[in-house]
Amino acid sequence: MKSSPPAGRAESSGPVASWWLLGPGLLWMGLLFVVPLSLVLVISFAERGTYGGIVWSLSLTNYLDLLHPLYAHILGQSILLAAVTTMLCLIMGFPLAYYIARAAPGRQGMLLLLVMIPFWTNFLVRTYAWMFILRTEGLLNTLLLKLGVIAAPIELLYSNTAVVIGLVYGYLPFMVLPLFVALEQVDRTLVEAAWDLYATRWVILRRIIVPLARPGIMAGCLLVFIPSLGAFLTPDLLGGARSMMVGNLIQHEFLVARDWPLGAAISCLLMLFVMGMMRWLLHAAKPVSRQEDAS
Amino acid sequence: MVDQSASIDIASLVKRHGTTLAVDHVSLTVPRGEFFSLLGPSGAGKTSLLRMIAGFETPDEGTIRIDGRSMEAVPPNRRPVNLVFQSYALFPHMTVAENVAFGPTMQGVPRADIASRVRLALDMVKLSSKEERLPSQLSGGEQQRVALARALVNRPTVLLLDEPLSALDQQLRQEMQVELKSIQARAACTFVCVTHHQEEALTMSDRVAVMHQGRVLQVGSPQDLYESPGSAFVARFIGVSNELRGVVRRIDGERAIVQSPECVGEIQIVLPMHLAIQAGSPVTLLIRPERLRLSTAAQGLSGEQSLAASVDKVLYSGSDRRYLVRLGEHVVWNVRVPNDESGRNGLVPGDHLSVRWQISDAVVLSE
Amino acid sequence: MKQAGGWLWRVSLANLFFLYGPIAVLILFSFNASRLSATWQGWTWQWYRALWVNQALLDATVNSLWVATVSTVLALFLGVGLAVGLDSLPGRRQRQIEQAMLLPLVIPEVMMGVSLLLFFVLLQIPLSLMTVMVGHALFNLPVVMIIVRARLKKLDPRLMEVAADLGASYWDTLRHVTIPLLRPAILGAGLMAFTISLDDFIVTYFTAGPGATTLPLKVYSMIKSGMSPEINALSVLFVIVSMGLIGLSLLVQRR
Repeated sequence: MKSSPPAGRAESSGPVASWWLLGPGLLWMGLLFVVPLSLVLVISFAERGTYGGIVWSLSLTNYLDLLHPLYAHILGQSILLAAVTTMLCLIMGFPLAYYIARAAPGRQGMLLLLVMIPFWTNFLVRTYAWMFILRTEGLLNTLLLKLGVIAAPIELLYSNTAVVIGLVYGYLPFMVLPLFVALEQVDRTLVEAAWDLYATRWVILRRIIVPLARPGIMAGCLLVFIPSLGAFLTPDLLGGARSMMVGNLIQHEFLVARDWPLGAAISCLLMLFVMGMMRWLLHAAKPVSRQEDAS
Repeated sequence: MVDQSASIDIASLVKRHGTTLAVDHVSLTVPRGEFFSLLGPSGAGKTSLLRMIAGFETPDEGTIRIDGRSMEAVPPNRRPVNLVFQSYALFPHMTVAENVAFGPTMQGVPRADIASRVRLALDMVKLSSKEERLPSQLSGGEQQRVALARALVNRPTVLLLDEPLSALDQQLRQEMQVELKSIQARAACTFVCVTHHQEEALTMSDRVAVMHQGRVLQVGSPQDLYESPGSAFVARFIGVSNELRGVVRRIDGERAIVQSPECVGEIQIVLPMHLAIQAGSPVTLLIRPERLRLSTAAQGLSGEQSLAASVDKVLYSGSDRRYLVRLGEHVVWNVRVPNDESGRNGLVPGDHLSVRWQISDAVVLSE
Repeated sequence: MKQAGGWLWRVSLANLFFLYGPIAVLILFSFNASRLSATWQGWTWQWYRALWVNQALLDATVNSLWVATVSTVLALFLGVGLAVGLDSLPGRRQRQIEQAMLLPLVIPEVMMGVSLLLFFVLLQIPLSLMTVMVGHALFNLPVVMIIVRARLKKLDPRLMEVAADLGASYWDTLRHVTIPLLRPAILGAGLMAFTISLDDFIVTYFTAGPGATTLPLKVYSMIKSGMSPEINALSVLFVIVSMGLIGLSLLVQRR
């Protein structure tokens, strides 16, 4: 009895007081995240002034402009490069994630850390490392020439291949981590049960492991696909004149061509794509056994 | 030498886990159609043995033959055995029917046959009505039946069961003991069951192997194991047992006289044929609690042995009473008396009386 | 499954080689005496020495440290408040806000940069080091919130109830129980935010005004104007500092 008045006071002052904690953060996010993105949406319907300014209007001109083959090509190429990157990350990351998921606990932590460390080093620097390796007078060409594999340096840098290498390198950890989480949760005895029931290794992978790890596979693919699609630095540094991606196009419209409404329209399209994919993921990646909580 | 009528023939099998011997030179033969149990405390090596039969672990030494065929280098998916996992390991993303159809599908059984075999298997475990459910929508007992059906549908030479009833509650477990036995009879298949639950093993099995620290201590029918345990460990592990250590004083034909430093009096025993016991040999006597009789009368019946004792504690457990009676400073025995004769139930702690048993009921072990 | 294990291990090893090879190459060649080629011509410290006397680089470093410090403090205040305050909301609302806060981390960074640029220009706020700090605090806030909330969820809620039962007010409980228990997470989150800010290029690129050059911006312009061994040396320093800070952050959070 003695303690109830103070407890009551704490409860009643809690929710009110918590707004003092929540408020600034929410306000900050609203003002600097929601409002600016909304502005991008609004501007995308405006028109470009003669000298690069914004003429307020409500037109679909910018979106119609995007149908131009030049832009369509860049959009298509971005999706293609991001898709190839995602596939490669999945192919490379799956065995690694599976290995880590099946490793002994102590080793597991160490391997996860090893995967994470490159991700925590500067992206610019990591991209630069590939320039150093791939350029004409770079390490790879020097080595290949010395070994006599090639007679003259080959053009590796400034190509779509270089872009994909850079993207895979940058986002591989994004694939491995969710895959690891999903694969670790796949009950080992299920694999043994399938094996006992005459399944081959390939069938176990296809019919047991992959279906059960599906949420993780989808999350990993999305986490690689989205930043790859919107990449700026990698195509900027490793790509050639023909490797432009959406991110570069947006940067170009905003900072070089000064056509902000068009840049905004491209951004909105990208955003729409990203949101659509996330919604699809949240919908499709629901765990397989729906009734688990019910029982 | 290969016994052609044997489902499983195991010869001096060894499995090491690090420096410890998980399975220590085990040899076993299980005839076709038998319900065979591996019984032992956890860490006895019975699960390792089962997993080697299934093919998940590779023996370090020794051989396993199934139906006369050596299983060396044969992976689990090529072995004519199926395992019912302790956790059932039902595929959570497949329906009951899909789970059961998995094995036959993998073996390339024609589609039409699969359907009928699945139906048959589910009928056998009485789950035909739940074909389209997911495992998570079933009760524990139902999941257990699906696991059984999923294994039996493949018509294995041997069905392996790893602690099959451990996840079920007491009542369901007793029902399933009977059920498993009758399913085995219907399926006409050899069952090898791992359990640490002695009652389970005794009720279901034709024969039981008691394992301890990687070794098989004794193999026999449930009755053999209970009535004539070969060691104190087996006697203790299977049911409650009263023990008394002593030394043989003299031998008199088929009988002998034993004296124990732990209690007063001489004890007559029947000399076991297979043990070489002489005067001066140390022996251990084992007597089951329900074979003991408490009496305040001076004179015993013929063929009875009697020792003086006093009542320490009386424990009432419904159908019977358990008396803890003290025979000596360090010897307290369990005596179980059915609750049928109300007159006998008047004993209270401190009462002096005698403990009696038929001489032939005492099991004699040499040290 | 023995053969499968060996195969998996080899593929995993190849993956790790892929992840670490380029970084190792970078470190090795930052000590290469040759200015132009990728052939080895002996050890040297000269590229590191060259960094030390480069005034523009030193200025950029000071800028970077300022940006990282201010944006981290800002993100900590806002993020910890948000993480702790969320607990008073109903569960469904909590999850909604938590999910919404993931959005800034998931959308392409270019989007964030462009929208901030647009926002500042339309409000006629001149781009400067300040706008960079604001931008960094924006992407660091969710980072802080997620780390702190992960810790908060592991705390025994009864500790807070006990404090209330013993007569502590909401603020007392926060000050004497909740925040001290969260200290490792707050410290770890701060170190992580600091590192992310030091490393950031894209948001900085869009929100930095003239003269507001941070270290990554400087590295970028150096790369654009041609490869040089100084960049290798600078990159190595970047790698060491990032790894050190992140290592420290993980270590602190472990306690």
